[in-house]
Amino acid sequence: MSKTFLIDVTRCTACRGCQVACKEWQGFAANKTTQIGWGSHQNPPDLNPKNFKIVRFQEHKIGDTVTWNFMSDQCRHCLQPPCKDMADGYMQGAVVFDEATGAVVYTDKAKQLPKEAFDEMKSACPYDIPRRDDATGIINKCDMCYERVAAGLIPMCAKACPTSAITFGDREKMLEEAKKRLAVVKKDYPEAQLIDAEEVRVIYLITDKPEFYHKNLVAQGPAGISRMAALAKMTAPLKRSVRNLLG
Amino acid sequence: MTNHWIDIKNTDCALIMGSNAAEHHPICFKWVMKAREERGATIIHVDPKFSRTSARSDFHVPLRSGTDIAFLGGMIKYIIDKEKYFKEYVTEYTNASFIVGDKFGFKDGLFSGFDKKLSTYDKKAWAFAVDANGVPKRDKTLKNPKCVFQLLKKHYSRYDLKNVSAITGVSEKNLLKVYETYAATGQKDKAGTVMYALGWTQHTVGVQNIRTSAIVQLLLGNIGVAGGGINALRGEPNVQGSTDHCILYHILPGYHSVPRAHWPTLADYQKANTPISNDPLSANWWQNRPKYVVSLLKSWFGEAATPENDFGYSWVPKGDTPKGLVQGDYSHLHIFDRMYKGKIKGGSIWAHNPAQSIPNTTKVRKAMDNLDWLYISEIHQNETTDFWHRPGVNPKDIKTEVFLFPACHRVEKEGSISNSGRWVLWHYKAAEPAGESKSMGETMVEIMNAVRKLYREEGGVFPEPIVNLNWPSHFDADQIAKECNGFFLKDTTIKDKTYKAGSLVPSFANLADDGSTSSRNWLYTGSYTEEAGNKMKNRDLSQTDLQAKIGLFPGYSWCWPVNRRVLYNRASVDLNGKPWDPTRVVIEWDGSKWIGDVPDGGWPPMATGKGKYPFIMQKEGHGALYGPGREEGPFSEHYEPIETPVKKHPFSKQLSNPCAKIIESDMDKRATPGDSKYPIVLTTYSLTEHWCGGGETRNVPSLLEAEPQLYVEMSEELAKEKGIKNGDGVIVESARGRVEAVAMVTMRMTPFKIQGKTVHEIGMPFAFGWTTPGVGDATNRLCVSAGDPNTSIPEYKACCVNLKKADKLTELS
Repeated sequence: MSKTFLIDVTRCTACRGCQVACKEWQGFAANKTTQIGWGSHQNPPDLNPKNFKIVRFQEHKIGDTVTWNFMSDQCRHCLQPPCKDMADGYMQGAVVFDEATGAVVYTDKAKQLPKEAFDEMKSACPYDIPRRDDATGIINKCDMCYERVAAGLIPMCAKACPTSAITFGDREKMLEEAKKRLAVVKKDYPEAQLIDAEEVRVIYLITDKPEFYHKNLVAQGPAGISRMAALAKMTAPLKRSVRNLLG
Repeated sequence: MTNHWIDIKNTDCALIMGSNAAEHHPICFKWVMKAREERGATIIHVDPKFSRTSARSDFHVPLRSGTDIAFLGGMIKYIIDKEKYFKEYVTEYTNASFIVGDKFGFKDGLFSGFDKKLSTYDKKAWAFAVDANGVPKRDKTLKNPKCVFQLLKKHYSRYDLKNVSAITGVSEKNLLKVYETYAATGQKDKAGTVMYALGWTQHTVGVQNIRTSAIVQLLLGNIGVAGGGINALRGEPNVQGSTDHCILYHILPGYHSVPRAHWPTLADYQKANTPISNDPLSANWWQNRPKYVVSLLKSWFGEAATPENDFGYSWVPKGDTPKGLVQGDYSHLHIFDRMYKGKIKGGSIWAHNPAQSIPNTTKVRKAMDNLDWLYISEIHQNETTDFWHRPGVNPKDIKTEVFLFPACHRVEKEGSISNSGRWVLWHYKAAEPAGESKSMGETMVEIMNAVRKLYREEGGVFPEPIVNLNWPSHFDADQIAKECNGFFLKDTTIKDKTYKAGSLVPSFANLADDGSTSSRNWLYTGSYTEEAGNKMKNRDLSQTDLQAKIGLFPGYSWCWPVNRRVLYNRASVDLNGKPWDPTRVVIEWDGSKWIGDVPDGGWPPMATGKGKYPFIMQKEGHGALYGPGREEGPFSEHYEPIETPVKKHPFSKQLSNPCAKIIESDMDKRATPGDSKYPIVLTTYSLTEHWCGGGETRNVPSLLEAEPQLYVEMSEELAKEKGIKNGDGVIVESARGRVEAVAMVTMRMTPFKIQGKTVHEIGMPFAFGWTTPGVGDATNRLCVSAGDPNTSIPEYKACCVNLKKADKLTELS
């Protein structure tokens, strides 16, 4: 049965348990970060090959009221992932679906993809997720802890979350839960919405304008992710043939 | 906490003040969120800074650091003026009706009984008036002008919205919003909880901050009930346990005063510390203190402790008799001051980083240079272990011989941990200690055994306290846990059961003052018994329906005292034993017995005539609206921090706490009130990603990555005034020191309007130190060596500084 996350920002305290737990589970080394010229709690400043998950911070003031929005950012595991289409254009098996969960997984083969393939994957991603380590050629992102899930565990970020802001489970159940939570949250926040729920496996429930969290919270592109995916599909065979042509 | 973590979900309103709960106690926010989602509770955050806690609260109200009493004093006035208090509770269960004696007075910021020369009070001036039997006189109509209620009303009448707003910097609109919302919990079927932490304690008025919240909670009937209480949020590394077991200079394990020179014999000590109540309805629980103290002495000195030698009382160190501010105070502020003045030659430091975490740190570090020797037990090297090669000193110039004992991590040892809700949980070892590291218990036992050997073989001055110690040959956490519980030392029969000598005591009710029992801490008696074994290992989730409704899990861990999960729970019921709120029952009298939680004493309800007043730890049995035991007065009063941006305040001419403990030395310079050289208020804090001084967490790469460097949070307005941009290096200076930090310019900091003028406040974490390269160094170099008169806790939360853009940075890279 396929899986889905619900990330309910009304419960997120930005403790960054998810960010740190993810990193520890993956066994990644730390990046050298600094406040100089940056001055923000958001560290590292962006996703990178050693952080599949970061919490984004944005503050806003309307009248006297301050809001501080937190967004635990990660791969959305699209149902129709444009990055996969792009990668498939170069090589089958670099980006695959994990059958059990529906997770979009970058395999070891992804390392063999050329830089230009990565550039296409990244620009095709409606959420700006994939990252490449230029030194090793490794292309990576969140893998939904699919191995943990196969062992009957939940992904590390959901496990670490103290306030149930990140929950994980069977897709149908999570969709239902997302709608239920939305109905409750709307009472206090009429603007509340679920982001791209039908198209991704990581559904955000937000209360403010999406751009008040992160420019890529909502799929970027004129008609959202479906169109992005469709476009990617359309252009993929072309790219493949171009590549074949180039040998 | 009077209550416990899960109980927060039962609240209708959480007032989070003096705490950044979401950041410093992240797990607790699960329960805050539950209250909000499932009960529709309102979450209020009152704090100088808009933090991650504010982000998840219904609203945030910024106030200037050090003005909490003014803020809450205004709430007390509001509750009384608008008659929002819970009348039956206030009349029956608090000391509102008590008549105060004729000697009590209050004039222009000072209470009667003040000794100007010693800066202390004669508390006898604040005593209650008593009748011929020695029982306090009462007027339950609350009309007598000398009754506590009327004195309270008069005292806080000065705390009107205008005065409070002018000094706190909180708008009158915001004051009213908080007062109205919170005072609504004065209904008998409503409960409000106060969640506080170091934001209240770390002031020269720290204890009175909490006293003021106690007054609010008692007026609203919020103590003893589910979803109520005064909840000190205590930290992960066993802060509650360390307080219970006395890692503090002024108390012995189980909250007994440290012996003093003017109590030369055990009888003197017991007499001075054992309250006597003439009221048959008052349980006056501390009347049992002698049993706990003798059992403690027996646990320390074993067979050497006999009735003839006062059970070894003369071997226990005696503090000096306090005369004035300094004498008899062995708190950190004074220890390091004495060290600085060359009066301390050596010592030991355990799991503590004073060269990073004590105020005026530059002086602290210099003080350590005066030691001949020092031994330290630590996991990582930090600013204290390495003080002898800190920036700017030549190790050759430091005479101190430093011994470093590698300590194992807490996951590498077993033992008990007491959480904030007083739950004592057995903590299992997850891995073997790395390398040669050992648990601190093991290290301490070994060192002391070597010292004992030397004393036995070579003698020495006053060897008795050392050679007579009941000391183990090796450290065994399980055995220590048993000793904390205590043993019968002779065969004892209770009802029809006989306990052989050497068996575990089942309850503190069985401790005796004749030397026939031992216990290292009476509060923990009952945690480890013959019948049930180590109850700290209990993990049973079963509960009755009544318990399930409020999230009580009596079979999970064990809780002091006697597994009572909500303290003062007899105040949650009316005189007939019926709960004020039948939907949130803590305890209930079913006609023959109490059901629910373990009641605060098993006596029947008050209306039967056989009951006892609910506040059993108070001599008179009543919640103390009027608290004559504290150092600076029976009511709280607004006093400015020792370093303040103002020259006067609206409540009196007494600018700061007249009893504050202030350290004087050539390095303890202070800004004058309203000093134009240091016009900005600095508050300091911890952060989620680092633990306290950061000695441990700076060594965890993923945490250092998340919070890499010392920053200073400042408003956009202040940044503009100073020509500082976000991410710029800045220099922050106080009269004592200079610290580099990176500017974090944020709309989450707000300039305050104080008495018509703009006052800026900035905030800095204290987790960064020089032993981690390039992260910055101790913020506490800026802070002031002044402490609360009751606890000596330093005023970390408010001092005065200035700041400027840095031309170059040396501490940050």
